[in-house]
Amino acid sequence: MSKISAWQRVKIAREPDRPTALDYINNIFDDFIELHGDRFFKDDKSIVCGVGNIGNQNYTIIGEQKGRTTKENIERNFGMPNPEAYRKSLRFMKQAEKFKRPIITFIDTKGAYPGLGAEERGQGEAIARNLMVMSGLKVPIIVFVIGEGSSGGALAIGVGDRILMLENAVYSILSPEGYASILWKDSTKSEQAAEKMKLTANDLLELGVIDEVLKEPKGNAKFDVEKMSRIIKNKIVEYTKELQKLDVEELLEKRYRKFRDM
Amino acid sequence: MVIDKIKKRIEYDDKEDEHKSDIPVGKWVKCSKCKEILYKEDLHKNYSVCPNCGNHFRLSSRRRIEQIIDEGTFNEFKIDVKTSNPLEMEDYIKKLEVLKEKTGLDEAVKCGTGKINSKKVVICVMDSNFMMGSMGKVVGEKITYSIEKAIELKLPLIVFCASGGARMQEGIISLMQMAKTSAAIEKLNEHGILYITVLTDPTYGGVTASFASLGDIILAEPNAMIGFAGPRVIKQTIGQDLPDGFQTSEFLLEHGFIDKIVERKDMKDILYKLLKFNSN
Repeated sequence: MSKISAWQRVKIAREPDRPTALDYINNIFDDFIELHGDRFFKDDKSIVCGVGNIGNQNYTIIGEQKGRTTKENIERNFGMPNPEAYRKSLRFMKQAEKFKRPIITFIDTKGAYPGLGAEERGQGEAIARNLMVMSGLKVPIIVFVIGEGSSGGALAIGVGDRILMLENAVYSILSPEGYASILWKDSTKSEQAAEKMKLTANDLLELGVIDEVLKEPKGNAKFDVEKMSRIIKNKIVEYTKELQKLDVEELLEKRYRKFRDM
Repeated sequence: MVIDKIKKRIEYDDKEDEHKSDIPVGKWVKCSKCKEILYKEDLHKNYSVCPNCGNHFRLSSRRRIEQIIDEGTFNEFKIDVKTSNPLEMEDYIKKLEVLKEKTGLDEAVKCGTGKINSKKVVICVMDSNFMMGSMGKVVGEKITYSIEKAIELKLPLIVFCASGGARMQEGIISLMQMAKTSAAIEKLNEHGILYITVLTDPTYGGVTASFASLGDIILAEPNAMIGFAGPRVIKQTIGQDLPDGFQTSEFLLEHGFIDKIVERKDMKDILYKLLKFNSN
């Protein structure tokens, strides 16, 4: 497992045929209905939201969604959310709280989209508000980093009670390219940056940023999506039960301490 | 998240001011905006605002506190938290030591209690002279501590922001400070404590995307550069030039993301009034 370098994992995490949020969602939940729109501006397809169930337990599900084909990727903005995607997720998270449904999020993004419109519509504000509100939502939140988790764009749906990461997923302050470009003024040093940044699941477990690393099926997750989905599903069921044992006050205090101590 | 080429303005070296009486004539500075040559002492007396064009020079935390807080009332919190070096970056700790020596600051934010026209507040002032005000664990910790202190002391909280964003050298730990500070603001809100942020040049990245954008009232200095992504990154992404005035305070006001632009000379007075109108 440790034979694979950080840079190799970055490449695996970015493979166009790596399973996406919707692949897992469709496998994990008995039923899933996607629901759309932020009720302010538009339906940003870089994040999918909806409700689903595993047996008798209902969930609100939120996932950053990349496309497979070029057409899909354009539609989904390559999985890079604009502010309305975060506002859409917030709307559904508040709804989850209203109906006491646990929230499951899937992180998979190169980062929040750096565009003119994004700035005009308050990208920073949208992310900040998600971080703030998520920290106080009175329902369990379980976060899975399934592919790339980059920058505030990932964290914006990543404040939760349990944070789990797939073995080949990466999670970092910025892409290795961006990191190399800022620190060393040379974006071609991305490989070196990846090795330096402690962005692999095992590194982050050691740093105390995540709670658990999920081993991927032989090869990696794409070779057996169903098995990977089962692994994730089992964790959802296990942690839902565990977190539902806590009263709301305890749940929120533990969530606060979790980030307070980082 | 991006400390990129945010247009660098002339840094006003106020350490020299402390010894200005020892220095003979010839302490001049050029305004980055109108290019007027200014006598430093005049500039100083004018709140470090160009008397010719109104350009607000960047301020050190020390001078900001002098301008906002009643003389002799600032009490800095003693927060004992060591800079972590989670990525084990070579030279990082050494770089910090050199900066501490050079700037006389212990990190990129100064936090404490003080009075504004006799009204007591908790105040945090970020300082762009220290690693462009970037937020690593120490900055995150000091801000969070101050928020918790405001709750404990039931005092309004004022944060002056000046930051290139999350600090790259501390990697993911810097990113997590965004969640930490924002969670603390959620607690502050539950306790009904007034929170005012003042965005100054520059406010970017992980600071914009956390506590800076969460004020009950968000003020900004004129013509400050404020945004999430840095202008260079946006330009590269969209492949075209950015419109004039993009990401300035005026741009944010127009788009509804700040409450009011306040000139430096009026800042203390406006803060005082807001404190007054928001107290029960």
